[in-house]
Amino acid sequence: MRIALFVTCLNDTLFPATGRAVVRLLERLGHEVVFPRAQTCCGQMHYNTGYRRDAQRIAVHFVRTFSDAEAVVVPSGSCAAMVRDNYRRLAEPGSRLARQVENLLPRVYELTELLTDVLEVRDVGAYFPYSVTYHPTCHGLRMLGLGSRPYELLQRVRGLRLVELPEARECCGFGGTFAVKNADVSAAMAADKLGQVSATGAEVLCAVDNSCLMHLGGTAQRAGTGVRTVHLAEILSSTEQEPTVP
Amino acid sequence: MSTAFMGMPGFPRAARAAVNDAQLRSNLRTATRTIREKRDAAVSELDDWQDLRAAGQAIKNRTLRHLDLYLERLESAVQAAGGRVHWASDAAEANRLVTRLVRDTGESEVVKVKSMTTQEIELNEALGQAGITAYETDLAELIVQLSEDRPSHILVPAIHRNRAEIRDILASHMAEWGTPAPEGLTDDPRALAEAARRHLRDRFLTTNVAVSGANFAVADTGTMVVLESEGNGRMCLTLPRTLISVVGIEKVVPSWSDLEVFLQLLPRSSTGERMNPYTSTWTGVAPGDGPEEFHLVLLDNGRTNALSDTVGRQALRCIRCSACLNVCPVYERTGGHAYGSVYPGPIGAILTPQLRGTTAEPEASLPYASSLCGACYEVCPVSIDIPDVLVRLREQVVSQPGHRSEKAAMRAAGWVLGGHRRLGLAQAAATAARSVVPRRLPPPASAWTDSRDLPSVPGRTFREWWRDRAEGKESGA
Repeated sequence: MRIALFVTCLNDTLFPATGRAVVRLLERLGHEVVFPRAQTCCGQMHYNTGYRRDAQRIAVHFVRTFSDAEAVVVPSGSCAAMVRDNYRRLAEPGSRLARQVENLLPRVYELTELLTDVLEVRDVGAYFPYSVTYHPTCHGLRMLGLGSRPYELLQRVRGLRLVELPEARECCGFGGTFAVKNADVSAAMAADKLGQVSATGAEVLCAVDNSCLMHLGGTAQRAGTGVRTVHLAEILSSTEQEPTVP
Repeated sequence: MSTAFMGMPGFPRAARAAVNDAQLRSNLRTATRTIREKRDAAVSELDDWQDLRAAGQAIKNRTLRHLDLYLERLESAVQAAGGRVHWASDAAEANRLVTRLVRDTGESEVVKVKSMTTQEIELNEALGQAGITAYETDLAELIVQLSEDRPSHILVPAIHRNRAEIRDILASHMAEWGTPAPEGLTDDPRALAEAARRHLRDRFLTTNVAVSGANFAVADTGTMVVLESEGNGRMCLTLPRTLISVVGIEKVVPSWSDLEVFLQLLPRSSTGERMNPYTSTWTGVAPGDGPEEFHLVLLDNGRTNALSDTVGRQALRCIRCSACLNVCPVYERTGGHAYGSVYPGPIGAILTPQLRGTTAEPEASLPYASSLCGACYEVCPVSIDIPDVLVRLREQVVSQPGHRSEKAAMRAAGWVLGGHRRLGLAQAAATAARSVVPRRLPPPASAWTDSRDLPSVPGRTFREWWRDRAEGKESGA
């Protein structure tokens, strides 16, 4: 299958390893990955902060960039949810954008959805010899309804020991601009989430969203706790020959 | 409009104090977790919960769409049953009405059933200024009143207090208000309840006027409905000679068969009970049974404003169960006081700005008091999409004057993200500066670096890697 990668602006700039991991993983599974160069961002930050018109412009750019794609993969739960849930709310009913959105949406997938629903693969042939706990990020959990998909993929990674995270459904406190506008509450939420992560004894905390991992990883680093944060794509792309080192 | 909350700082500032209060954090965590687990268990018993939610949502939407019709039907039915109906457009008018109605009875004391609506209009304060003492009879409201505190939760106003604190409050303040607490009061829940029972019993038997709200008002029959857990409400609704009910116009439901849906949704969502312990209904007046006089004050106070917003109006579906408070990670860490509003938590964050407008603090900061995690929407028994309304209210806030530096930053970011060449240039600038980025940044970015490290900027963006790979400079990763 020919799959267009929407790497997301955050991954592109700060977490390019996640984008590289998606490419490596999908190519290993025998698919072709294309990277439409015109892509920029999904508009989530503008939308969630109240800048609707800016978000609309970015959405127009997104649907134009990906309109011809056979499938679009997004290695970010919140960006995938932005496109899938909120583009409909951004487009005026009956508008050109609304038609383009309806046309494109069924082909936009978060990474674990693409793997399990479209490519119908659970064992991606990965090797990652660490104990891992998974944080189901809010947008992945509630807006996309990823459910058991990430766990099914992780369970089949050789060498990986999956440890259950208590109170997993609770938000980590990132929330985009919330992390800055309500920094005290956000930091308290991150500290509690990290407390839960530490209690599992896992070496690696994994999620499908680098924004949440950036928040939790930055908190862990400042606090001097040993847990390392790794995007799920980097675990799934890891092999004995080319291991991902957390 | 709000005197008690005037001068309240914005949410982030009020939240800071709460977040740093270890006792408060521990009290809230224990209480919200307990109710949360009870609610989960009660809801998971019903296979048709999602259908009930949909029914609740549909009934409320239909009623709100034809609110004028149902309100007139309610008014006629109440009058036909011997009650009197008064319309109040705002808090001041409602307070004037109730004050006059109490004065007409010649009494200077009223007992109160726990009511969010009377808190919203600050009725107790208004009555106090008129020389009328209002006695709260709900145990948690009593604790709040005795300690001259403010409620912190819709359903459990004293949720921020633990047993030891409650014992101290009852022991030291009950005597000022009436029957004192017994000597040697312990913090055993049964002892605390018994002290309250004795204190309140005297009050019920001597007070001739009661003031209540209502959870629902049935238009067909003019019936008011109150759900409560302690029985104190029923005492207030049956013993006094005059009963005055202050009810928001959105509380109307068309018929008893509509009510049936909410009598299932509300107890399971709010207290995690299958059925409500005390459900009282009253229709006008009946000779020899209950109050001799019944007054219904129908309150607008910003509700038609909210109704005019096609997205925001869903907040008027709220049945005040407080399930959203109990699951909200933000509420759990701040408690209700930080919201600067009688309606705290996620529902308060969308209801208060709609009732009062978004120009002043704390209202302007409330739409941001959420990480948009969506847990509130997931539990709401009438499916209020709180995150969606929060975003709409944020749009309203940023369309007002102010937020200048944020607007400039967002405009700049929007411009950068408007095309990949611009984004590439910005990324190049970030990469070039990567070695000189300090670990702690100046405001507003300091809000991030105060508690979290920034990720280090990689030497090459993804798109650069992709380009290099395509040009054969590198194979594989």
